[in-house]
Amino acid sequence: MTAMVAATGLTKRFGDFVAVDDLSFAVNRGEVVGFLGPNGADKSTTMKMITGYLAPTRGSVSVCGLDLFREPIAVKSQLGYLPEGAPLYGDMTPRGLLDFVADARGLRAADKRRRIDAAVARIQLQSVLHQPIETLSKGFKRRVGLAQAILHDPPVLILDEPTDGLDPNQKHEVRHLIQEIAADKAIIISTHILEEVDAICTRAMVIARGKLLVDGTPRDLVTRSSTFNAVEIVLQDPALGEAVQAALQALPGVDAVSAGTVAGQRRLVARPARGVLIIEPVQTLLREKGWQAEQIRVLPGSLDEVFRDLTSQVGGEATRS
Amino acid sequence: MKNLWVVTRRELAGYFLTPLAYIFIVIFLFLNGVFTFYLGNFFERGQADLQPFFEFHPYLYLILIPPVAMRLWAEERKTGTLELLMTLPITLWDAVLGKFLAAWLFTATALALTFPIWLTVSYLGDPDHGIILAGYVGSLLMAGAYLAIGACVSVLTKNQVIAFVITVVICFLFVVSGFPIVLDFFSAWAPPLLVEAIAGLSFLTHFDAITKGVIDLKDVIYFLTLIAFWLYANAVMVEAKKAG
Repeated sequence: MTAMVAATGLTKRFGDFVAVDDLSFAVNRGEVVGFLGPNGADKSTTMKMITGYLAPTRGSVSVCGLDLFREPIAVKSQLGYLPEGAPLYGDMTPRGLLDFVADARGLRAADKRRRIDAAVARIQLQSVLHQPIETLSKGFKRRVGLAQAILHDPPVLILDEPTDGLDPNQKHEVRHLIQEIAADKAIIISTHILEEVDAICTRAMVIARGKLLVDGTPRDLVTRSSTFNAVEIVLQDPALGEAVQAALQALPGVDAVSAGTVAGQRRLVARPARGVLIIEPVQTLLREKGWQAEQIRVLPGSLDEVFRDLTSQVGGEATRS
Repeated sequence: MKNLWVVTRRELAGYFLTPLAYIFIVIFLFLNGVFTFYLGNFFERGQADLQPFFEFHPYLYLILIPPVAMRLWAEERKTGTLELLMTLPITLWDAVLGKFLAAWLFTATALALTFPIWLTVSYLGDPDHGIILAGYVGSLLMAGAYLAIGACVSVLTKNQVIAFVITVVICFLFVVSGFPIVLDFFSAWAPPLLVEAIAGLSFLTHFDAITKGVIDLKDVIYFLTLIAFWLYANAVMVEAKKAG
């Protein structure tokens, strides 16, 4: 199966500044790929190149097997795009804007009416359809931007921060919408909200300083967290802290043990070496020694932590999992 | 090319979504009246023609055309909608020509609404309708040149006021290069060929020729070339400014 979106050696320089550095990836049908990265990292620049807005300094892009630079118009017809900040013509109404986009996308007559009605119903824009866009709330503006992106039911969707500025309910709706239409499309979203990646993405790409740092499933990503499968123990008797810490440290498979005091309670976290499950040895140890734990649990790992680790390393090496 | 019309339609509708269109048309007609009947001594001249009407168009356009053109690209760049527009399946030329055409059609509408002046002169006397028609054609061509300059300049800045001022200055240069005072300055020392070239750049030289009733191919080509040049520069600038 050929990839729906393929980028090869994509590079963008602005003068001396390298915004995107030799980025290659492919996205298949059914995938929802999350571009993750610190703010100002070049997720948006990458998206602008895929959608044909910015010409790359080097590299190539193909969408649905069509080369972007040889057939830009054919490629643009296959794409739905929500640019960063959802820019819209403020003096138009949502209805007028959708009408214009439908015309530009070559939709005609009955087909055009049907598509507009479908998008309006799906995004729930009925109540604001005839108000000037500049008078709408941020959430509604974002939704109008989404409606124009999905209007022509494109096989490839590129959404730059689709849930930015939405309230939690609206975020949920947008995520639900993306999941609903994802099956037969290739979707790329950019975000700096990690829960979003967990919620809707089948794949995450961490991009920082223009380089691809990691490309894997959200699950892969979280296993890189040092607290993934780590064991947290809250002791009843704070005085035991040091003894327990030393004993845990000596257990095979335990990489490091950190100790802290939270709300007057002694809290220990034993981090396992990669890929090792340590909950059973820890429980056995506590039972044998007769140490009482008030609470013991396995930590799920944290995407936040992985994200911080990856993006704070200067020029971290690109790895793939 | 069918998308050219899609762009034109949106842009044209855009004029009428704000009060700009109505204010423009009212002021345009009002000033035309003032210039023609008071400053132009339309009645006192006792001649059945529209010379006093057309005579003031180069100056009228100097102030009234830049506001029509200044929003074309500056607003798109400021609000970021340029990205929306240029990622739709339309070509760069669809966008450039579509916008220009919308502005030109809008100006043509305002110009067409001056028809009562034509009716007046026909009622009062027996004018040469061919000359009047030539005047309208010339005026429309000149408006096109002003608009093409304004469209190109509006790509250069996200600020519409700056776009307005720069457009006025450039258009002003194209007008005054035909003034005797400017030409006298050059003719004192420059070779006649250069003086002629400078005069040849002026809107006035070519517009006057047309309003006298002679639609010379070279005057038409002058305006069309000017429009083509500025629209080409417009397209190049859009391509260049997308990055920033």
